[in-house]
Amino acid sequence: MDYLLRILPPLLDGAGVTLGLFFITLALSLPLGLALALARLSRFAALRHAVSGFIWLMRGTPLMLQLLFVYYALPFVPVIGVRLPDYPAAVVAFTLNYAAYFAEILRAGIQSIDRGQYEGAKALGMSYPQTMRRIVMPQVWRNTLPPLANETITLVKDTSLIYVLALNDLLRAARGIVQRDFSITPFIVAAAFYLLMTLVLTWVFQRLERQQNAHVA
Amino acid sequence: MSPEPAHADLPMVRATGLHKHFGALHVLRGVSLTVARGEVVAILGPSGSGKSTLLRCLNHLETVQRGSIEIAGQKLASADATGASSYPSDSEVRRICQHTGMVFQHFNLFPHLTVLGNLIEAPITVRKQSRADVVPRAEALLAKVGLADKRDVYPARLSGGQKQRVAIARALAMQPDILLFDEPTSALDPELTGEVLRTMRQLADERMTMLVVTHEMAFAREVAHRVVFMDQGQIVEEQPARDFFIQPRHERARAFLAHML
Repeated sequence: MDYLLRILPPLLDGAGVTLGLFFITLALSLPLGLALALARLSRFAALRHAVSGFIWLMRGTPLMLQLLFVYYALPFVPVIGVRLPDYPAAVVAFTLNYAAYFAEILRAGIQSIDRGQYEGAKALGMSYPQTMRRIVMPQVWRNTLPPLANETITLVKDTSLIYVLALNDLLRAARGIVQRDFSITPFIVAAAFYLLMTLVLTWVFQRLERQQNAHVA
Repeated sequence: MSPEPAHADLPMVRATGLHKHFGALHVLRGVSLTVARGEVVAILGPSGSGKSTLLRCLNHLETVQRGSIEIAGQKLASADATGASSYPSDSEVRRICQHTGMVFQHFNLFPHLTVLGNLIEAPITVRKQSRADVVPRAEALLAKVGLADKRDVYPARLSGGQKQRVAIARALAMQPDILLFDEPTSALDPELTGEVLRTMRQLADERMTMLVVTHEMAFAREVAHRVVFMDQGQIVEEQPARDFFIQPRHERARAFLAHML
């Protein structure tokens, strides 16, 4: 018990890093994903193709490689050439990667909305932005909650990849203590933390889904 | 952004020489139609004759390639010297189309909104009217179509006939000058068409201008003032409803009626 209390502070610090990255990534990648989804459905072919290419790149290469690339290789890329500190580099890589996945989920959700909904809105005098905001997106949100929840839970665990940038997240903190003390207890505590975060997320999404589905009951 | 009042003497709809192609398919081949204020016009014809397309061109759900369209005296589509059509800006099109309301075959209610929500959505977001003003009017419209008790129900809980009556009330909530009906009873079980037709008859009695694409011959005969018969993208016959059903002039109209009645 004493031991547990002793290793808890560094593990909590690590959990803080994990949660911070999780929330920042979610807050940035969801709106970016929505913008990409709309661009993917745009009238302008050049925009559509550019976004398709970006999504292909992000989904077709490992997230780990993207992390390493943003941190180590970006400074040498002409024009963009910025050197990002480790944490911002992680945020950029995670945001771009998750935005690509969210974009595909939202695109499918938008395309699943019946044409009659657009026509009904148009016949009532609603403009395209009004139709998207008031009629289409609320339904897309409701339909895509389950896959969005899936991705979000995956994100909690994917954050552990930032150990490659030597950031002290939950998993790296645990591993440090394991190597120092020759005890596997920190791993078990870390697993419990991840499970707890997932449990909370599952509960939140279940509540959202129930609230969104009030109209079909 | 409310539409200007329509002048009583102007026709509500004046469409001249409309041509519409879907790729190689020539769906409207020179259609001209005038609808006076307070008139109920039934558009009949076999499927594929272009009647729904004609209706959808009148509120810009489809565009025409040639010809002109005036709604309540305002130019929705203008034809140049060669007959080619052009449209004003999107916001101008929206403003002109606010004179029209549409009732669809498949209702197109918004499933994520309650019945009341369906009625007040457009008046609030499009007309910028206050909720306090819109809600009592929406409630009165629901009472009018006999669905006051369904105010807070979601569309999924309604029967087809109830959905269509909500759709009619929703269109009326925008206070249009003309209502376009695109086969409003075709998706309904036969025993549910009566309630929708009763609501439409009531609107006709109140001198609502209505343009109705329908297969309901009894409704066309009893409620419509005028029948327009279309075939292969053209209006082949236009008569007062009474005369049309007694004495259709055109061979294809006679064959259609023989088949339908």
